[in-house]
Amino acid sequence: MTRRLLSGDYPRSRMLATLLLLILAGLAFAPFAFPGTRSLDVAAKVCVFILLVASYDLLLGYTGIVSFAHTMFFGIGAYGIAIAATRLGPTWGSLVLGSLVALACSALLSLLIGMLSLRVKTIFFAMITLAVASFFAILASQLSGFTGGEDGLTYKLPQLLLPGTKLLEAPLFGVEINGRIVSYYIVFFTAAALFLALLRVVNSPFGRVLQAIRENDFRAEAIGYRSVIYRSVANCVAALAASAAGILYALWLRYAGPDTTLSFDIMIDILLMVVIGGMGTMYGAVVGATLFVIAQTYLQDLMKLASDAAAGIPLLPDLVHPDRWLLWLGILFILSVYRFPAGIVGKLRGRQ
Amino acid sequence: MSEPRSGEHPVLETHGLTIRFGGHVAVNQVSCAFRPDTLTAIVGPNGAGKTTYFNLISGQLRPTGGRVTLYGEDITALPASQRTRRGIGRAFQLTNLFPQLSVLENVRLAVQSHAGMGLNLFSVWSGHVELIERAEHYLHRVKLTERRDTLASALAHGDQRKLELAILLALDPDLFMFDEPTAGMSVDEVPVILELIHEIKSQGDKTILLVEHKMDVVSSLADRIIVLHQGELVADGEPATVIASPIVQQAYLGLAGHE
Repeated sequence: MTRRLLSGDYPRSRMLATLLLLILAGLAFAPFAFPGTRSLDVAAKVCVFILLVASYDLLLGYTGIVSFAHTMFFGIGAYGIAIAATRLGPTWGSLVLGSLVALACSALLSLLIGMLSLRVKTIFFAMITLAVASFFAILASQLSGFTGGEDGLTYKLPQLLLPGTKLLEAPLFGVEINGRIVSYYIVFFTAAALFLALLRVVNSPFGRVLQAIRENDFRAEAIGYRSVIYRSVANCVAALAASAAGILYALWLRYAGPDTTLSFDIMIDILLMVVIGGMGTMYGAVVGATLFVIAQTYLQDLMKLASDAAAGIPLLPDLVHPDRWLLWLGILFILSVYRFPAGIVGKLRGRQ
Repeated sequence: MSEPRSGEHPVLETHGLTIRFGGHVAVNQVSCAFRPDTLTAIVGPNGAGKTTYFNLISGQLRPTGGRVTLYGEDITALPASQRTRRGIGRAFQLTNLFPQLSVLENVRLAVQSHAGMGLNLFSVWSGHVELIERAEHYLHRVKLTERRDTLASALAHGDQRKLELAILLALDPDLFMFDEPTAGMSVDEVPVILELIHEIKSQGDKTILLVEHKMDVVSSLADRIIVLHQGELVADGEPATVIASPIVQQAYLGLAGHE
């Protein structure tokens, strides 16, 4: 059972297995273990980013493709739901339609970009994706009648998913079971299922070819694998998964805008999460996304505590002032990349 | 990959095959036919265009002129991967492996390509036991079974050459192309390779092309020798006749006598 679920790709480190189980338990019981709007927001964001980062790992870690268009596919998913819900009303039908249209757009666009440009060298492909993604971001902010421009779109969702909807009369384990809890579990289970699907793809005969292409594309061609086709299919699968992450994120936030999905900052976050977690491992996405999102959210709080505690000591309170949180986040990243070049997963597996 | 064909019709033909790099003509108007159950050695001094000719046949390079046909069908426009799938198998002169994958995985990928399973996205690779067993069989044939879990990059040079051949065997081609298979190998490793080529040859239906510098190897294996000199085909025939011909004595043995 576990073997089938994990596609025979085990964590291969006791520490890593423990860490993954902790993250899984934390996310599965988040509404009960960490009640409160903010912590549930963090948990949902972690779920979405695990999926998003795992799909990027398929490209970067497994196939050796450097793409900067991943947030574009993330955005297509989010805007798909947002536009459908805004235009067609908050019904399940419009959400399904919006999702399907978004997935179809992503599949087409990714195959087109792949077929046209995956023949060229890595760096040129990276530049092309950068250009296409910038174009798309500008398009989204300029077509304000359709996309809400810089402000983005805020919309209603079907009744079942709204915070006001109570499903149970009495609270369960002290938590009121409302539409937000339902939304959270939709996000959680979909992200988990799609993560396992990606884990299956990288452990399939196809996934092994991707690693061969990453290692030596010349030889992969010589033994009969047309690398442009394999790269394009990988690009398409990754784009579909990224769009699915976008759909889930828009479903959770009830908002889609350039800052939450399309911005280049998110692209950099994704890159950092893959590298910190460990490239080409899939589990690295889980660890990287969880640590990153938690650090991003709670580092400021932690620093405020430290700053208050250090009051009276010269210089120290200023250094750990919450306004300096980006500086400390940066230092943490530099240290982690320096200390664990193979990522956290690589480090943990290497200890065995 | 395909049913046995009669010895009459050539498997592979090149028609006026030419490639220029700027002003330099590396392969010039080479027309030649290769029949099954024949091992053809391609000899010539360094820089004569032997490896370039190989690259044109297996698809790593596109010619500036001329055509390549496989079983009479024009394959000049096909990429290397398509030619491999149609039965052309090539081992490279400079070892060309998947360095960070295991020895077994290097061969398994070739077996998987031959089985046409590359685009299978939703099954687990380790579940396809038959592919793994076939890969192990080819490793056994080149006597690398004990190194199956080693990374290809960690192998000694001679073992890397053997792995190169195991990959070629795993593709189960109709046309085998060996580019200096014994280059850089120690004396005691060479017989393993030669025996292997001999085994392939004795199967009877395979077409084999061999680029080789060592004249003793060539004369013990070849049914036919063609000589390339400055990109042109200058001699073609029975080994004894070709080696004795003045043009070979002068163009090849004279110039490359130190090898």
